[in-house]
Amino acid sequence: MSEVAFPTSAADTPRRPVTGLWLLIVAIAISLAAYAMAGLGLKGRTPRDFVVYGLVFTGAFVGGWLVVRWTAPRADPVLYPTATVLAGLGIAMLYRIMVARGESTVAREQAMWLLVGLAAFCLTLWFVRDDRQLNAYTYTLGLIGVVLLLLPVVPGIGREINGARLWAQVGPFSFQPAEFGKIFIVVFLAAYLTDKQELLAAGSGRFGMPRAKDLGPLLLAWGASLAVLFLERDMGASLLFFGVFVVMLWIASGRAAYLWLGLVMFAAGAWFGYLAFDHVQARVDTWLHALDPDKVTGLGYFQLAQGWFAMATGGIVGTGLGQGSPTLIPYVGSDFIFAAFGEELGMIGAVALLLLYLILIARGLRVAMERQDTFGKLLATGLTTILALQTFAIVAGVTRLIPLTGVPLPLVSYGGSSRVATFIMLALLIRVSSGPMERSRG
Amino acid sequence: MDRRIRRLGIGLVVLFTLLFAQLSYVQVFAADDIKAQPANARRQIIAEYRVERGPILSADGVVLAQSVRNEERRSELLFRRVYPDGPLYAGLTGYYSRIYGRAELEQAANPFLSGDAPELAVSTFTDLILGRQRKGGAVFTTIRSDLQEAAALALGDLPGAVVAIEPETGDVLALVANPSYDPNSISSGTDEDINAAWESISTDPSQPLISRAKDELYLPGSTGKLITASAALENGVDPVTDQWPNPRVLDLPQTTNTLENFGGSLCNGGSQTVSMAAAFQESCNVTFAEIGLDLGAKEMSEQARAYGFCATDPPEQVECEEPTIPFLLPWANGRFPVPSYFADRQPQLAFSAIGLDNVLTNPLHMALIAAAIANDGVMMRPRLITEVRDPTGRIVREFEPEQYGQPISDASAKEMRAMMLSVTQGGTASSAFSGFPIAVAGKTGTATNGENRPPNAWFTAFAPAEPGNEARIAVAVIVLDGGNLGNEATGGQVSAPIARQVIDAYL
Repeated sequence: MSEVAFPTSAADTPRRPVTGLWLLIVAIAISLAAYAMAGLGLKGRTPRDFVVYGLVFTGAFVGGWLVVRWTAPRADPVLYPTATVLAGLGIAMLYRIMVARGESTVAREQAMWLLVGLAAFCLTLWFVRDDRQLNAYTYTLGLIGVVLLLLPVVPGIGREINGARLWAQVGPFSFQPAEFGKIFIVVFLAAYLTDKQELLAAGSGRFGMPRAKDLGPLLLAWGASLAVLFLERDMGASLLFFGVFVVMLWIASGRAAYLWLGLVMFAAGAWFGYLAFDHVQARVDTWLHALDPDKVTGLGYFQLAQGWFAMATGGIVGTGLGQGSPTLIPYVGSDFIFAAFGEELGMIGAVALLLLYLILIARGLRVAMERQDTFGKLLATGLTTILALQTFAIVAGVTRLIPLTGVPLPLVSYGGSSRVATFIMLALLIRVSSGPMERSRG
Repeated sequence: MDRRIRRLGIGLVVLFTLLFAQLSYVQVFAADDIKAQPANARRQIIAEYRVERGPILSADGVVLAQSVRNEERRSELLFRRVYPDGPLYAGLTGYYSRIYGRAELEQAANPFLSGDAPELAVSTFTDLILGRQRKGGAVFTTIRSDLQEAAALALGDLPGAVVAIEPETGDVLALVANPSYDPNSISSGTDEDINAAWESISTDPSQPLISRAKDELYLPGSTGKLITASAALENGVDPVTDQWPNPRVLDLPQTTNTLENFGGSLCNGGSQTVSMAAAFQESCNVTFAEIGLDLGAKEMSEQARAYGFCATDPPEQVECEEPTIPFLLPWANGRFPVPSYFADRQPQLAFSAIGLDNVLTNPLHMALIAAAIANDGVMMRPRLITEVRDPTGRIVREFEPEQYGQPISDASAKEMRAMMLSVTQGGTASSAFSGFPIAVAGKTGTATNGENRPPNAWFTAFAPAEPGNEARIAVAVIVLDGGNLGNEATGGQVSAPIARQVIDAYL
């Protein structure tokens, strides 16, 4: 495969680095301004470590940008700055929350994880010089993905926190393996579906439906998702895996029937999950009755109610960074950080944040469309879909549009694993957008 | 494949549009309902205490109330309210309690103090944009701290009240009432402290939360003769030449009851007839009862109405829904029965003419009446706030003096002034003002206060009061339950000396 000429139309027209640099400067400026304003709003002065933080943040992200310029010179210029501003806003908000709670070390820890994530981002770009080299290890990657996904279930390694079994502990390190597992699974699916594309697209059974034997993979993914729901009690991951699988299957095969079938199976799975698992029932009940006077003090209800109160208090323009009371919301740093933005930056800020994600999504899909080869298209689409569905799931959960599923808000929420994993996904997306690293430089 | 990717993009945009719709519902359309949920009370309080509430200041720049940073670092309430001289100004500032709400200026001027008033929108929006601590506006009152202190000192521990007003503007210069309370105790501290303080203040039998200066109503007694005399002058009575019979005891129509002068004494040395001016100087009840009966219910009622008294029809107490005389703070202005009430109650008209029966007033209203007489008959509305400034010191709102009405003509005001001057010069208040270098025009009152209770002692006055001189201060003093003289108390002995000290402090 590597003999094939690099298949992208953008290959001959190098992107103008200047656009990306300007965007990066703006992104860094916004990030640091948010950090300063959080301190001003909270304590009436800029944070003590503002200069150090500013230098490290600027240095790290400019460094990351140089690595992108060097290893992926034709990369999409918008992806990296957009991720920068999201990460910067996330740290500013975490700083604001943790200082109010008297746990400012937690914010510093998350800033460290941001640096680790950035390092992982650079390493990924360095090692994955051509995304098509991933295509060579289809099943190995798939296996790693499944192992990571199931790691929390393994006795001795798995840890259960807050009723969900998402954690694995190896030595002193604990992390959420599913965050990394999803990357491997998307890569696997892209490779697998590239192989089987023609098989899936060709031949149809009765009524234009796929033949029964083609439904195998779909049923397998469905079962796996339910297994995750059952074994790990993790609604978010379960939904995400099934969602991205169905979307990639549809994109690859060109058969809308997979989409509809997927929706029906999702509905069936959700119904089954609701009947079978009390933690699913609890999620639905808290969602529907968050503000019931006789339930509102219960933990799940209280959290959703406080999230709503926070966003309602914020109104259109918000209370100003550092001037609301987001710490009244339990777990505001992880699940409910979006509500904190809604309170302190108002609807304007919340919408702006969502628009940043939409920019990532739009650029991600554009990368997919610019690629000429199936694998690149599927990989970019899959990575983008994961980001989009994850963002939608948590924001819709916090705003009570759907029941809450505890997935992190990409790049913003508290959580080292998610931060690092999202940066790796971003590196892959940038790799796909740029094409292989030139040999002369590598 | 690209077509499907594009469709995927459209699908994702649709999903995000649902998020935008939900956000606008939660943050805009349903926001007020959501915020009003009882479960949200804590956040509301914290949000309120995040604002550096503006200070309340006296006219001479003394801080009556201000917000300071909460020293407790772990507290979620950023500020706490401090009243540096709490009990002295409690009747004006009120309190600002997260548990028991707000009162007086803290309530009446709340939009300015909290920064919610539209006048302060520019300032608070700038704070928001710059991420600065949000601050409320500073409220400048008309209160003179030196005068307030002097009035409190003069009143001492006696139950009662002192009100001082600038006649030309209606500015409230001092408003002191006993008993008072410390607003600090119910405005800041732990929930337990606040609850305990509130419990003790609200169940105190002396009811310190009710200001004797403006919230309670009392019989004016002889200070009510200001109304009767005004009505007479307005109806063409000459205070010197017109004469009334001068019996020791007045037989009242429609009844066997009689009416006497104070202590059963003779008026004007027992002369055959007496003029209104002479009767005023000595405060003769018999003469003023005769004047009131001669004038009739309609004229008396109308004059009271012109002075801002609200109409009642006893025994059904018609509550004035709004005070007749508008004031920033809640208050109870005076009451005087409607003419129909007197139709078959002529004795009551006689008693009303000497400030008894169902005539009711309080020191704030009496001070306004004295101020109107001092101000050539023009009654000003009481003004308590002159201006509001934003945190940068820019004036965002000014309150001009406003006229309430003209209860008596300029000529009548001059006659009133002359009669009131005679009260401190040879009249019922002469001993209190002997040797006082400033000419004071006043009227004493000693009002019965129910069975077996010492009388309430009144004095209302203005100064300087020489003809043609512009009066700069009008004062009303009430001392309840006889003060330190018990049953022997009179307005001239108990209240006039207090008024003298207040006037002395100001002029």
